[in-house]
Amino acid sequence: MEMIKQLAFILVSSVLVNNYVLSKFLGICPFLGVSKKLDQATGMGVAVIFVMLAATAATWPIYTYILVPQKLEYMQTIVFILVIAALVQFVEIVLKKYIPALHKSLGVYLPLITTNCAVLGVALNNISDGYNFIESMVSSLGCGLGFLLAMVIFSGVRSRVEQADPPESFKGLPITLVSAAIVSLAFFGFAGVAEALFL
Amino acid sequence: MEIIIAIVVVAVIGLICGLILTVASKVMEVKVDERITEVRACLPGANCGACGFTGCDGYAAALVEKEGTPTNLCTPGGADAAKKIAETLGVEFADVEKKVAYVHCHGDCSATHTKFNYEGIHTCVGAKMLFAGQWSCPHGCLGFGDCMSVCQSDAITLAGGVAHIDPAKCTGCGLCAKTCPNALISLFGDKKYVVVACNNSEKGALTRSECSNGCIGCKKCEKTCQHDAIKVENNLAKIDYEKCTACGECVSACPVGCLKHADFSAKIKEAVNA
Repeated sequence: MEMIKQLAFILVSSVLVNNYVLSKFLGICPFLGVSKKLDQATGMGVAVIFVMLAATAATWPIYTYILVPQKLEYMQTIVFILVIAALVQFVEIVLKKYIPALHKSLGVYLPLITTNCAVLGVALNNISDGYNFIESMVSSLGCGLGFLLAMVIFSGVRSRVEQADPPESFKGLPITLVSAAIVSLAFFGFAGVAEALFL
Repeated sequence: MEIIIAIVVVAVIGLICGLILTVASKVMEVKVDERITEVRACLPGANCGACGFTGCDGYAAALVEKEGTPTNLCTPGGADAAKKIAETLGVEFADVEKKVAYVHCHGDCSATHTKFNYEGIHTCVGAKMLFAGQWSCPHGCLGFGDCMSVCQSDAITLAGGVAHIDPAKCTGCGLCAKTCPNALISLFGDKKYVVVACNNSEKGALTRSECSNGCIGCKKCEKTCQHDAIKVENNLAKIDYEKCTACGECVSACPVGCLKHADFSAKIKEAVNA
């Protein structure tokens, strides 16, 4: 029971409170780039969830069973980048061969995710937060869901912004950044929610 | 010593990743039909969608994978592209008709007046939603240039609140025709035409009060035409281009001047030679 509570706490806090995009400001590039249309935003979000889970499943054992025994913890960043980049490429090859339909819908986003800092951030934060394997997986799932949530919400905001008539100097990226900041502010309202719910 | 262990560990992990990727890319290689790349190279790459497929890649894939897909759907690429595709695929060549878009309205600011001051979103679609736009004629060009913003060849300009298309620059992709909320734009082939520069289907008196250049449906053109090519339907002149010889008698007969000569052939040739 205690463990389920802990896992639920990790999930809720990583989706809402510590949202990677809106509270930690990681993965801003795809957040601004692919959020113009809802279907693209959803596709990207699902792809990120998938890659985050795969990346955690690969990096956590490597850290625990290779880097820690060799006292090479300080090498984690470079090793994780290496592993994640290779993993995403591998996933793309596998999808292209065996699940062409999924490759068609996720394919364009996978190269974008290869060097996405949110994915690396999840892998690194799971280690620094001292999570065990199951907690790490739940945390990555939560972070992925949080990313998807942020993308979907923001694509809705953007479709309204596109219809609006801002001053000339604000048109395009500036007004997008301003609205992203407001959405981010709104997410700060979740601070403390997870603690109040589960602890 | 420690640094060597670090180097070895990272190098080994890198090597293993590399090996896995190499093996995977060989074992699970997906063969892309070479002809798709070849056909794709024949297309201009404007991704305008005039062919009806999702961009040039989509058209190339359809050409190779679905037999019987017409090779002459690419209007910007024209006959050259169609010829190259036909050669690559080894099918019979069908010519592309060069097309030019034309705006059926010349009710500019001097001919129409405004019903109210529109201060909303600066797009035709937005303006159309509010009482069919601010101009007195609800059928005419709204003048916010939605067509201009979709045009990829920079062929459309706005003058006096009405869009004008430069036949020399127009590639005939038809994006503007799909965009115009009043459906004012249609595509014409590569020759001389007489065109109706109005889209107002209301009765003469009402049209008059809305726009001094509008077609009032007086049927003078219908009576003048010796080839039986013009019919007035819904108070608007309609030309049957199967019969029309572009002789221009109706142009001089029209009391409001909404029938116009339009020579799309010469200008297109000019553009090709230039």
